[in-house]
Amino acid sequence: MQTVREGCEYLLQMQHICKQFGGIPALSDASLRVKPAEVHALIGQNGAGKSTMIKILTGAYLRDSGDITFNGATANFTTPQRARAAGISTIYQEINLVPFRSIAENIFLGREPRRFGLIDWKRAQAEATRLLAGFGIEVDVRKPVMECSTATQQMVAMARAVSVDAKLLILDESTSSLDDREAERLFGVIRQLKAEGRSIIFVSHRLDELYAVCDHVTVMRDGRTVADSPMTDITKMDLITTMLGRALEKVILPAVQSHAEDDAKAHAAAPQAPFLDIEGVSAPPKVRDATLSVRKGEKVGLAGLLGAGRTELMRALFGADPSRRRAMRIDGVEVDLRAPLDAIRAGIAYLPEDRKAEGIIPGMSVRENLSLVLYPALSRRGVIDRNKQDEVVQRFIRRLGIKIANPDQPIRELSGGNQQKVLLARWLCTNPKLLLLDEPTRGIDVGAKAEILSLINELAREGMAVLMTASELEELVAAADRVVVMSDGSTTHELTGGQISEAAIMTAMAHDPA
Amino acid sequence: MRLFNIFEQISNMNSKFHALFHPAATRAANTSRLARLAQVPRVWLALAVLLVFNIAFTDNFLTVQTFNVNLTQVATIVIVALGMTLVVATGGIDLSVGSLMAIAGTLAPLLFLHISGPGGLVAAFVLPLLAATLCGCFNGWLVTRWRIQPIVATLVLYIAGRGIAQVMTNGQLQSFSNPGFQWIGTGRVLGMPVQVILMLVLVALVAWVLRATLFGRYVLAVGGNERAAALAGVPARRVKLTVYALSGACAGLAGLIAIAINSSSDANLVGSGVELEAIAAVAVGGTLLTGGHASISGTLVGALFIQLMRYTLLAHGVTEASALVVKSAIIILAVYLQRRG
Amino acid sequence: MQARKNIGILCVLLALVAFGTIRYENFAGTYNLFAFLRYNAMFVLVAIGMAFVIITGGIDLSVGKVAALSSVVSALFSGRSPELAIAAGVVTGGLCGLLNGLIIARMRLQPFIVTLATSLGAYGLALRLANNQPVDVSWDTWFTEFGQGDLLGMPIPFLIALAVFIAAAVALNYTRFGQRVLAVGGSAEASKLMGIDVERGLVEVYTLSGLLAGLAGTILAAQFAAGQPNEGMGWDLVAISAVVLGGTLLSGGVGSIVATVMGALLLGLIFNLLNFENGLGVFNLSVYWQSVIRGAFLLVVILLQARLSRPRSLA
Repeated sequence: MQTVREGCEYLLQMQHICKQFGGIPALSDASLRVKPAEVHALIGQNGAGKSTMIKILTGAYLRDSGDITFNGATANFTTPQRARAAGISTIYQEINLVPFRSIAENIFLGREPRRFGLIDWKRAQAEATRLLAGFGIEVDVRKPVMECSTATQQMVAMARAVSVDAKLLILDESTSSLDDREAERLFGVIRQLKAEGRSIIFVSHRLDELYAVCDHVTVMRDGRTVADSPMTDITKMDLITTMLGRALEKVILPAVQSHAEDDAKAHAAAPQAPFLDIEGVSAPPKVRDATLSVRKGEKVGLAGLLGAGRTELMRALFGADPSRRRAMRIDGVEVDLRAPLDAIRAGIAYLPEDRKAEGIIPGMSVRENLSLVLYPALSRRGVIDRNKQDEVVQRFIRRLGIKIANPDQPIRELSGGNQQKVLLARWLCTNPKLLLLDEPTRGIDVGAKAEILSLINELAREGMAVLMTASELEELVAAADRVVVMSDGSTTHELTGGQISEAAIMTAMAHDPA
Repeated sequence: MRLFNIFEQISNMNSKFHALFHPAATRAANTSRLARLAQVPRVWLALAVLLVFNIAFTDNFLTVQTFNVNLTQVATIVIVALGMTLVVATGGIDLSVGSLMAIAGTLAPLLFLHISGPGGLVAAFVLPLLAATLCGCFNGWLVTRWRIQPIVATLVLYIAGRGIAQVMTNGQLQSFSNPGFQWIGTGRVLGMPVQVILMLVLVALVAWVLRATLFGRYVLAVGGNERAAALAGVPARRVKLTVYALSGACAGLAGLIAIAINSSSDANLVGSGVELEAIAAVAVGGTLLTGGHASISGTLVGALFIQLMRYTLLAHGVTEASALVVKSAIIILAVYLQRRG
Repeated sequence: MQARKNIGILCVLLALVAFGTIRYENFAGTYNLFAFLRYNAMFVLVAIGMAFVIITGGIDLSVGKVAALSSVVSALFSGRSPELAIAAGVVTGGLCGLLNGLIIARMRLQPFIVTLATSLGAYGLALRLANNQPVDVSWDTWFTEFGQGDLLGMPIPFLIALAVFIAAAVALNYTRFGQRVLAVGGSAEASKLMGIDVERGLVEVYTLSGLLAGLAGTILAAQFAAGQPNEGMGWDLVAISAVVLGGTLLSGGVGSIVATVMGALLLGLIFNLLNFENGLGVFNLSVYWQSVIRGAFLLVVILLQARLSRPRSLA
């Protein structure tokens, strides 16, 4: 393998990178510096800017401003081909291999060795076997990759990168679907690649692993680089603190916070029977053993790092995914929710994390999106009662403060915050008793965030049971009466009232259950 | 002159539909009429241009005869295209419509030729429609229960459906003269052919269903974002099954009309090529083939445009054959423009 | 997996052949065999082209009419020189295929509607060139030999189909072109990320499909001594059925030329057996049952595929 040009301290230098999407900044003055033969961790929560940074590096996006040098030369990767040609390979979490094709075929796709014009499969297979053996893997390279475990697929992708002589490999959340043994093997391969002089950018949310294999770490938050340090100089707690940091303006929080204090006092005074009570819920592959309860008028925060299984738990509770449970009770009655319709009838509402993929119907107007769940109640003998619909729509537009010109505006023209309000209204107008809110404040501006949080408070005061997740810990701390921490698919800790603080939650997330 | 009224009615209906389905027009609801004209969908403008061209350059264009001929020829296509629009709105496609027309069109004469009296007539209307609807349910079942791609699922009946019709009659032509039955194809009400009235009524009905009923909203929701719709409690599978059944029903009706017009039923020919005509009308009319959106008025105008284009070419000496080439180019252009924006 | 599917089809084929040999006189004779091979060569060619297209996850509904157009073009040239006629027929098909490919790849439109539209255009062109009637082939040259004659004791169309079959099977598995086709069908996205020129792959398969349809059309003209603009109806469906019967998923990514050809032969055999059955006069299964049977076959295969189909993504 070619060694890096002499005199360069860094293999890769990305400085002052800025990138906006439609006026919203995704990266502001972000940077990343990787030395040759270094395993470099890149971490940050959802929306911190990691994937945008990677996409700019690999030529999928064009940066707005900033400099990139790679291997001693200014790099301007306008297309993924250029980045690849320069020696940058990416191994994605959603492994990018062709499923039906075999290991050997995938490794050599587009560059198959030939003899007399026809592909020499013997040579390709021998070479593929050799590459994988070098990683300590013995497998029949004629097997289709989809029959291989995720761990093996990753190895195949890495073998391909090695065969094209990549100098920099980017591993994006590679360990999220691996068990400990497979992860260990992956680390062995990473160390070997490092010994060969290659560098690796390791993106992961499993902080323990970073200490096992990485030399250096860059932490991103809100589109900026907030830390750049050798692994040995930073503790896990520091990492979490830097990653999760302050997001909400202090001026808005106190208002929400004092409500939370009032509620906590009210609850402490008069405990009630739980509205939602679950024990031992499991929904493979992500949810293993979840037990929690939510009372009427109580706001329970569900905390956990990425991949802990929070979204999957909510989907299982809503009947969107199949699940098994020891017990699930709604208002004291044992229930078996098989489909969203069952959950809706039981008074449960679910606001998904991904507005675009699972929330809004993009081609429809605000009015139609808002009424979607309520439609059956708004119709008489199949015909929609326009007046009733108008009345409900107007009422909730007012109540939630949705800022639009008129209700027939297409929903895709609204800002994220307003879209979220419409989706919230969609559920509220059906008079639910339990709200499952998955990242209700994700991707929306600060003002709308505060409004939504304050609305949730109001609803709880009126008796709504709320189970919510939030990546921004301040929001959870401010809004929740109780916090349940999830880790690796199971509920591990519970914090109530005065126990709740960012530090306590972080500690709980960082440690394995007792 | 009556026909001009109809076009005006259509224009009014379209403005209303337009307002609901085309956001740009909604925002302009309060602006000047001229500004609104600028937002009229392309296919309307294309039709208008074609009409003007014909009025100027084609002999005998502005006659009742011409309008009748054109509207008659287009009626069956429009009826099939209505069902197709619903299917496309859910993100699917129905290739079997031509074969379903053949099944219905073959079954009907078998019934009224062998069962005399009003009983035979009723059977000849009801049973073929039922058969076509059931075939549509079969399509829907393959798509929803087996999760087979719509194009593949409807391919089965595309192939086998016509065969079934052929087997029923052993490929023989059935000629008949049954004024009771044929009224649907040759009768007139207030001077207008029955099938044109049927077409207009169905257009209005389907448009209304899409706009004002629970089912209609569900169709668009499922096509727009099936995952979100399912999470919102929409019975997506049932909705999809229903649209395929409706498409079958429309095809059945069109089949009955087609044989009524011709006074004969040839299993080999009834509905031949109709699936492409219907898809073309839907695509040219502006309904996105990816689903989530439906323009009934667009489908109507799209079909009219294609029909008028054919008529124009024929009237000016372009052979049927070359007209096909032009048509194929138009379809591709329409679908491409649709994709662009 | 594919090997198992192939053996399955082979068993069905052999079973049907055995059935035919026992039940009908003359079935296993050289006359029937040669006539069968001569006639079905055209469908085998079209099926092979369709296989490549379907492997990329697309579909080509224009093959029938492109073949018809090519038959007309080659018939028109048959008087001048047979070589020119054959070349003209094949090239016509290739150009139609190229057009399909460019529109689908560059304009990114769905294959079924594009090919449906071009089939219309091809039909129109065929009618125009032929003046709405079959075009007589000139008997002055050896052009008709191309379709009706024998070489080394075997029908020429069969030999052509055999050569194409071998070339296609090799191309799919042993050339970069074939790998491109399989990769694009398996996952266009992953292929793109791995540096494959997806657009080029698409244009190549549709052009190939067109070329083979053109060749089939030329053989049609030579065999029946007339270029026929109205032929080709249903050819696309026969081809699709053959491909599907051969175990190729309509969603693309896997496929076998061997299995496709066996599927085509199987369909032809059904037709052949039906003819004999009618000749016997015991049952009178009209030729119309063909479509029903083909449709039923397709249904069974689709349902089986739906049952056995694996998830497309890896994650």
